[in-house]
Amino acid sequence: MKLSSLFFQFFQNGLVLLLAPLLMGWVNQCRAWLQNRSGAGLLQPYRMLFKLFHKDAVLADNASALFRSTPYILFSCMWLAAALVPMVATDLPLSSAVDVIALVGILALARVFMALAAMDIGTAFGSLGARREMLVSFLAEPALLMVFFTAASISASTSLVTIVETIAHRGFFIYPSLAFAGIAFLMILLAENARIPVDNPSTHLELTMIHEAMILEYSARHLALIEWASSLKLLIYMSIGFALFLPFGITEAGNWTALPLALVALFVKLAVAGFGLALLETLSAKQRIFRVPEYLGTAFLLAVLAILIHYLLGT
Amino acid sequence: MEIFWLLGMPLLGGALLALTGHRRFAPELNGAISLATLIASLVLTSKVIQDGPITAFNDQFFIDPFNVFLVTLTAFVGFTTAMFSRPYMHNEAERGKLSTARLRLYHSMYQMFTFTMLLALTTNNMGILWVAMEAATLTTVLLVSLYRTPESLEAAWKYFILCGVGIAQALFGTILLYFAAEKILGEGGNALLWTHLNEVKGTLEPTVLSMSFIFMLVGYGTKAGLVPLHNWLPDAHAEGPTPISAVLSGLLLNVALYAVVRAKVLVDGALQTHFAGQLMMGFGLLSVVMAAFFLSRQKDIKRMFAYSSIEHMGLITFAFGMGGPVATFAALLHMTMHSLTKSAIFFAVGHAAQKSGTQVMENIRGLIKTNPTIGWGLTLGTLAILGMPPFGVFASEFLILTTAMHEHAWATPFLLIALGVAFASIFGKVQPMVFGETAGKRLPHPPAMVPVFVHLSLVLMLGLYIPPYLVTWYHQAAALLG
Amino acid sequence: MTVIEQLPLAQQLLNLFAALLLLIAFAMLSQRRILTLINLFAMQGFILALSIVDSAWISHQYHLYYSAALTLIIKVLILPWLLHRLIRQLNIEWDVETLINIPTTMLIGIVLVVFAFNLALPISQLSGTILRHTLGIAIASVLLSFMMMITRRKAVPQVIGFLAMENGLFFAATSATYGMPMVVELGIALDVLVGMFIFGIFFFHIRDTFDSLDIQHMEKLKED
Repeated sequence: MKLSSLFFQFFQNGLVLLLAPLLMGWVNQCRAWLQNRSGAGLLQPYRMLFKLFHKDAVLADNASALFRSTPYILFSCMWLAAALVPMVATDLPLSSAVDVIALVGILALARVFMALAAMDIGTAFGSLGARREMLVSFLAEPALLMVFFTAASISASTSLVTIVETIAHRGFFIYPSLAFAGIAFLMILLAENARIPVDNPSTHLELTMIHEAMILEYSARHLALIEWASSLKLLIYMSIGFALFLPFGITEAGNWTALPLALVALFVKLAVAGFGLALLETLSAKQRIFRVPEYLGTAFLLAVLAILIHYLLGT
Repeated sequence: MEIFWLLGMPLLGGALLALTGHRRFAPELNGAISLATLIASLVLTSKVIQDGPITAFNDQFFIDPFNVFLVTLTAFVGFTTAMFSRPYMHNEAERGKLSTARLRLYHSMYQMFTFTMLLALTTNNMGILWVAMEAATLTTVLLVSLYRTPESLEAAWKYFILCGVGIAQALFGTILLYFAAEKILGEGGNALLWTHLNEVKGTLEPTVLSMSFIFMLVGYGTKAGLVPLHNWLPDAHAEGPTPISAVLSGLLLNVALYAVVRAKVLVDGALQTHFAGQLMMGFGLLSVVMAAFFLSRQKDIKRMFAYSSIEHMGLITFAFGMGGPVATFAALLHMTMHSLTKSAIFFAVGHAAQKSGTQVMENIRGLIKTNPTIGWGLTLGTLAILGMPPFGVFASEFLILTTAMHEHAWATPFLLIALGVAFASIFGKVQPMVFGETAGKRLPHPPAMVPVFVHLSLVLMLGLYIPPYLVTWYHQAAALLG
Repeated sequence: MTVIEQLPLAQQLLNLFAALLLLIAFAMLSQRRILTLINLFAMQGFILALSIVDSAWISHQYHLYYSAALTLIIKVLILPWLLHRLIRQLNIEWDVETLINIPTTMLIGIVLVVFAFNLALPISQLSGTILRHTLGIAIASVLLSFMMMITRRKAVPQVIGFLAMENGLFFAATSATYGMPMVVELGIALDVLVGMFIFGIFFFHIRDTFDSLDIQHMEKLKED
């Protein structure tokens, strides 16, 4: 293992931790601008994390060890996943041990613990949130896998690094299958990260919550870790999207000098994507829960179409 | 040149009648145009019998003994139906069922329909054949719903959608045919010309041709009323005005089958197996059997005879599928007989229904008393269609059955049972209609029974004695079909 | 797994158009509103015309330019305009009801697509055009439009499905054999136009008789 690879890995690990709240702040700020409000500022998530870490945690009497350990498990899973996705460099040692299917598995692991913890206390809203979350992910996971398979078919490998390198090397090439997969991926991103039109992240009405309902019982450092993990998840999904569909600017192995350029590329992509996300959220309305299967069914359909088209057309 | 007259007359007539179709002289004009078309077809026929197959207008039209006989048949039945339609439409207008706009529509579309059928029969281009078949559906759709009752609208909608979907399949089949043809004949319009395809049929790609035939059989078979694609037929034939039922049953089904047979000749040459024939036999047999059983449960007289059309078309398809000189000759003969007889029956039925004001068989009684001509017409027509000797239908059915017994003995019991069931049902239902008790009154206009008796006497005559030139004609046609 | 060669831009565009056509076919299948359905149909015609122009450019088959112009005029301009006028006059811009729910329809649609791709394989191998691998997509759109026709309750979506099926067949013809001879195409276009007029007249008749365009009113003529 070369020194540069270790450096890139550590660099990315630290980068994602710092970048995730900033991304969340940016998205919220864009939403505020689009909704003609003044917003809370880009650094608000940092302030919130700081505040939460300094509070005392309050736990329910019947909270089990699962409940107390879930935030840590969740955070670790997300941090690990974030370390796997090539964001500024493809030279990540951890990446070679893990492929896209394992990545989906890690995200699933996080989700399972989250749902279990939500049901742990026994409140009604926790179970409600857990059930809905499971419904959404039950439909979204196959779609996500199909999207990955499309990209994997194109690059003949399931390792994210290889996918990025293959697609980046082709230059500007219209892949219809990737276009469909991209739309499907966008729909999945919105569903998995609890954004509109599947779930409103800023709602306070419990009956309409999916993600928020699961974390109602958490406070202080636990809540901080969970919020951080959520923003990490958004960062992960966006980076996967960039890696699969817009892998330009990611440096190849061992190329120090391209690092600043890669960073700039990443920031630009994240900024544009964040704005796009805010725009999408502002323009759509939240769907009723029973329409969510249809929505995700469409995503699955598009992903399957992507693979079929790839096999038929060869691109 | 004759082709020009043949096609031009109905086209012109259609345009003319679109403007004048509601006048008093419109039915007579309709008849006159149909007569002119008939004369043109007879001239063409004599030319083809003398000189052999002719092509015209840069190979775009092709007349050989097979389609010229269908052309004459179409023109003839078109003419007699136009004569029948005169008093029938007068009666209908008297009873206030049709407005002037609808009369114009009816008369002009009648001629346009004749035009599309003749175009389909005389064209050499398989693509234009498709266009003409679709146009034939389009011209008759609005005629089926002429009375604007809920049932007729439903019938016309089903007709349109089902035949439309069917004909889309036929289009795909034609595309596949062009695809195979293009490899051998090169691109451009000539690749779809039947005569050229016939010359090179041995070299056409077999897989593509078999797929093409399946689609064309399903597509054109829908229009010919083959089971299980027949759903539109009983409704469309029953709900439209009687002259339309007569031409749909008597003529359009023939033209659809003609398209299938043309395709079959090509496929047989390409595949060198009996694949096409077996498919046709299967569909034909299924149609005969199912139609006979559906027939027995009908309450509406026109629906019953519509199912009888399906049955006979199935029989003809079966015969074409068997192949060979005798069966093909029998099929051609049966096509003629069926057209003449079925249209005669519909004429009689039309007047009977007009008299009684209903099409439900239980409510029609004692036709022989109130209008002897209608009663006798119906009885004789029924006997003819059921295959009683000495009518011509007996001869063709006999030939078909004997060929089946020789070559495909397994099919014979099905055919016999089906024919028997049909016989029993139809006869059982027609008998009380004609000879039962009634207190009905006469029609305001004397019914046009002349066409009925002309047709029936032709059928009788052909049953007893087929003139030699007709025999040669059929033999020539059969030889062309392999 | 196929290895992807670098294709020229025009070829890539063709693949993109074909993929978009398939997407539109699915979108029509899952669409609830009639207005959007008509707009999707117009878009389908437009992309069809674009793909024909593209293939005309690549293969130097100049008669295809005429086909593309014909498609554009009839299927993008005239037919959608007629349909829009119709639904405004008939006052039916509301939601479309389906006989099976939409997710099931889409799943069946996927099965149909796989079937169509399989069906097209032998023909594609024999074809000599540059569009041959898009034949599967053409057949798939035909099947999907057919499915749309049979799972709808109202008359107008059935007719739009019928027209979309004709679009798919046209694309199939173009991808297998660079289109049919011009005279045949003109005939087909004429048929489609006349058919559309007749449909229009029909809708009024149906609406006048049944006071609704629900097809289920027209299911009385059955076998007893």
